[in-house]
Amino acid sequence: MTEERADPPADLPFRDRGRLAGALLRWETLLLFVGVALFIFNALATPYFLNPWTLSDATFNFTEKAIIALAVALLVISGEIDLSVASIVALASIAMGAVAEIGGPLPVIVATGLAVGVLAGAVNGVIVTAFALPSIVVTIGTLSLYRGIGYIVLGDGVFKNYPPEFAIFGQSYVWWVISFELASFLVLAVLFAILLHKTPFGRSIYAIGNNTLAARFAGIRVERVKFLLFCLSGLMAGVASVMLTSRLGSTRPTIAFGWELEIVTMVVLGGVSILGGSGSIPGVVIAAFVMGLITFGLGLLNVPGVVMSVAIGSVLIFVIALPRILAMVRR
Amino acid sequence: MLARIVASRDLMLALIIVAMCLLIATRFPQFIAPGNLIAIAADSSVLIILVMGQLCVILTRCIDLSVASNLALTGMLIGMLNTAQPDIPVPVLALLASLFGLMLGAFNGALVWLLGLPAIVVTLGTLAIYRGMIYVVSGGAWVNAHEMSPAFLGAIRQEVFGVPVLLWVGVAVVAIVAFILRRTAIGRAFYTVGGNPTAAVYAGLNVGRTQFVAFCISGALAGLAGYLWVARYAVAYVEIARGFEFDVVAACVIGGISIMGGIGTVTGALLGALFLGVVKNALPVIGISPFWQLALSGFVIILAVVINARSARSRGRQILPTQREAAP
Amino acid sequence: MNSRVEIDADPSATAPASPAPVLEVAGIGKDFPGVRALHDVSLTLRPGRVMALVGENGAGKSTLVKLLSGIYQPDAGSIRLFGKPVKLPSAAASARMGISVIHQETVLFNELTVAENIFAGHYPTTRLGQVDWPEMRRRSTEILAQLEAYIGPNVVLKDLSIASRHIVAMARALVGDSPIMIMDEPTAAMSHREIEELYRIVERLRAEGRAILFISHKFDEIFRIADDYTVLRDGELVGTGAIEDTSRDALVTMMVGREISQVFPKSAVEIGEVMLEARHLSHPTEFDDISFQVRQGEILGVYGLIGAGRTEVMQAIAGVGQRYDGEVLLNGETVPQGRADKVIRKGIVYVPEERGLHGAVLQLPIYQNKTLPNLGAYTRRGFLDLAREVEHSREYARLLDLRAAHLSQEVGTLSGGNQQKVVIGKWMMTAPRVLILDEPTKGIDIGSKAQVHRLVSRMAQNGLAIVLVSSEIPEVLGISDRILVMRAGRVVAELGRQEADAETLVRHAIGVN
Repeated sequence: MTEERADPPADLPFRDRGRLAGALLRWETLLLFVGVALFIFNALATPYFLNPWTLSDATFNFTEKAIIALAVALLVISGEIDLSVASIVALASIAMGAVAEIGGPLPVIVATGLAVGVLAGAVNGVIVTAFALPSIVVTIGTLSLYRGIGYIVLGDGVFKNYPPEFAIFGQSYVWWVISFELASFLVLAVLFAILLHKTPFGRSIYAIGNNTLAARFAGIRVERVKFLLFCLSGLMAGVASVMLTSRLGSTRPTIAFGWELEIVTMVVLGGVSILGGSGSIPGVVIAAFVMGLITFGLGLLNVPGVVMSVAIGSVLIFVIALPRILAMVRR
Repeated sequence: MLARIVASRDLMLALIIVAMCLLIATRFPQFIAPGNLIAIAADSSVLIILVMGQLCVILTRCIDLSVASNLALTGMLIGMLNTAQPDIPVPVLALLASLFGLMLGAFNGALVWLLGLPAIVVTLGTLAIYRGMIYVVSGGAWVNAHEMSPAFLGAIRQEVFGVPVLLWVGVAVVAIVAFILRRTAIGRAFYTVGGNPTAAVYAGLNVGRTQFVAFCISGALAGLAGYLWVARYAVAYVEIARGFEFDVVAACVIGGISIMGGIGTVTGALLGALFLGVVKNALPVIGISPFWQLALSGFVIILAVVINARSARSRGRQILPTQREAAP
Repeated sequence: MNSRVEIDADPSATAPASPAPVLEVAGIGKDFPGVRALHDVSLTLRPGRVMALVGENGAGKSTLVKLLSGIYQPDAGSIRLFGKPVKLPSAAASARMGISVIHQETVLFNELTVAENIFAGHYPTTRLGQVDWPEMRRRSTEILAQLEAYIGPNVVLKDLSIASRHIVAMARALVGDSPIMIMDEPTAAMSHREIEELYRIVERLRAEGRAILFISHKFDEIFRIADDYTVLRDGELVGTGAIEDTSRDALVTMMVGREISQVFPKSAVEIGEVMLEARHLSHPTEFDDISFQVRQGEILGVYGLIGAGRTEVMQAIAGVGQRYDGEVLLNGETVPQGRADKVIRKGIVYVPEERGLHGAVLQLPIYQNKTLPNLGAYTRRGFLDLAREVEHSREYARLLDLRAAHLSQEVGTLSGGNQQKVVIGKWMMTAPRVLILDEPTKGIDIGSKAQVHRLVSRMAQNGLAIVLVSSEIPEVLGISDRILVMRAGRVVAELGRQEADAETLVRHAIGVN
């Protein structure tokens, strides 16, 4: 029972700050502080860190995952999840490799990657919406299925006959130290922010995530929205696959193995509720940079990759536990 | 009537497994030789043990994705302990493994119970943490067969009545979990808490504490499986059993356990695990590359959930008088 | 067989209503965010007597039941059991202290057997502490036989009819031999024969000396089996006493007793062409052969008991319920099925009964709720037009006299009445031609009720065709031009404004003539 006025106001004021600047931005501000602290730590830890090229290199380890996280964030806000994204990256990469192997031209290679991504996402979407199944189980299934198809096609082999021009997606720079990958991520982040925060489609994602029934009663086509979100998630996995494949210059069936965990962590760290209904794109973007800085910082300390997962897992649990602990302490 | 469908569901799965074996036997008769069948069952033993733990957790409407990491971390610690202290008897090691696994499971359970965090996020987190811890404790080194004591490696390979101990352990775990689920109040609470949490509260049950117990069971079994795995493959390193949690969940789903909680039987879970075990062992026999296994299990998971979905659309409430009621 | 029988054998039994009370509730209160559910309510239960707890939907009956069963904790007041003050911190505690509650069938376990449903939470055990299944089955059969219900203990609950599930719920409450039994609308979904059986059971329990709290809003039932009554209205106690000292009329007045001024009467409106027509709508289990017409400017009241199928029909028409046979016409054009978006675009809107579940997205701000059903209208070149959203929302906030701090306040933080204004406003903003209101004044304060009535009336004046589903008799009688009565999925009466009165409506709804 917050502020209810006794006498009727002639006109209700509009204060968007009450919502945006309040709960949401507070989380994002906190995250930003964490990011700055990590930045300073890294800068103190090594003199090379402040070199623009070092900074630029540091972005490569998270931009591809972050691109997928943008789409997964939308899914999670709508109350669903996609654990198959990393397998979609692998499947798309293998499809591209196969096309490259028979000498397909560059546009066809890229189009294949994107199309396979959308198709794989659409399969997830159809199964989840047509049978009203929990997306966590379905995407655990397709996680195995998509990666498994990769193994069938490639076995323990490797595709590496990519045309030289293919390298631009993962190895080129658009301006000075700004890589093609980073630039793409920033542009996509802006597009996703607009989609989620400024369009009717984005509004219906929030409505569905908070109260699916009320959304349905309001005439929102819940199944269609969810289907499209799964397609979008597949598409972004396809985009990430193009960049990753281009950056590595080769495809093995284990490509992007285990990424789903880091992507979900990024999304949850960004303030998206795993139960659906709340979260923002700026939050996810900041979380992506924070995770990049953590990984980079640990790398400076010569911490091997698998140990970084301890840090990432702890951050994930700590971040969702913190509000509950604070609420318990307050009571 | 639905009860009959559920019961016949287990029967159907059993028939499919038998049919699969027979079909393979038409070309490769040695596949259904008793010795080979026992070998397949023993090979599936670790999966069966993990599936029994996962069954408890899923019944309470949670999920434990950290089991494979728990297995690997416990396995590494037990392997290192054996290397350092070869004189500790194997039963003690197995007990220690279970206890350590229980601790890891209790950590998951406590976060779910005391902080009310979603199980999927908690166990995604501990999946990464436990896996990373292996590197921290081992420094990335391997524990190899020659470093392990002969008793450590031999215990599970001994045969009792022609069946290796590894399989007996699996049988015992199935029996114990079946007993817990059927004959103890906490076992029944898994069903009530997962089936209808609101009604469980009305019946005076503590939902969070019940889920905590399920996580402890899952953790203890994962720990035990850690010893079995390391002894069976005679090696421990950071990457063992990576991704195995998906096989475990897959077996549960194939066995007809509802991810929404409250529905599932030991028989179903056992059959689900055996199904995957038979498929895995059959592929090389019939000359299909083992690379097919992952895709097949993914395909079967999806097939199983779709079949289990039954009528997704609600059929509506019974408002009109039924014929029985309409009679004066 | 019951230890309480001796109390009934007390010589003082010759003087009625004198045994010492077993349960005394004094001045109890409970608030929820935005709603005062109970305020200063007192209640006394005595052994061997049946107390009827009467009140309309939202009067606070369920809240009281939940307080007594340990699900909710009171904010004020005290509870005494056998003369001693007690706290009931959990369902387990309440059961241990001798209060058993027959909740509605929703708090059972669909996937488990009858025997286990009866014993869940307090299983009989063997000496080794194991669950004793044979004993559980034996005792289940015994208890069900006492209830004259011959349901197998091994049947899975979901295979039972709703009436049989109530019997199971009742068997569950009987297990403990509790001296105090609370029955929460046990007859709501039962047929006549089953209700008669239930009465016999209640009479037997009374003879055994148990104290019974029987929640109901059916008058027949109350006069048939209750010894005492307590009436709640809007969360407050409005009357209590012995049944023999009261009458139907007196109870009705207490229960619904609003002064006429609280229902804003409908002003005379010229009634126009047929706007909405339902033709023989049928569904296998929910409703059968439903036909009606609503004209421009007309308010069609739809009355019936809870569970009569009114909501199901309206949700089917609105494209959010089940698919149906038959046809719905708007201005002579067929309305598509199963697509809420198309139905809304055609101009038919449904304001649902369950405000928090179907009506509002409680976590979103007011203005976002209001524009949700018609986002297309607030979109320019693909982007949401915030200024227009705010402007239009503000306009309707003014029209509906919405009390809030600002337009971006989360709907969940508003009071029930103001939430309802947001929900009604959000549907009005789609400029509909047909407005279907399902219990629009349920659980809101009297002031907001009058405002809603005035608003409905004004919308009729503006030429909308209105369907008003309501269980509140004064409301239905006050503002409807015509009234349909539904019972068990069928339309059983259609009454004009002049021929309808409270008695007639209730008779048709209950099926007693």
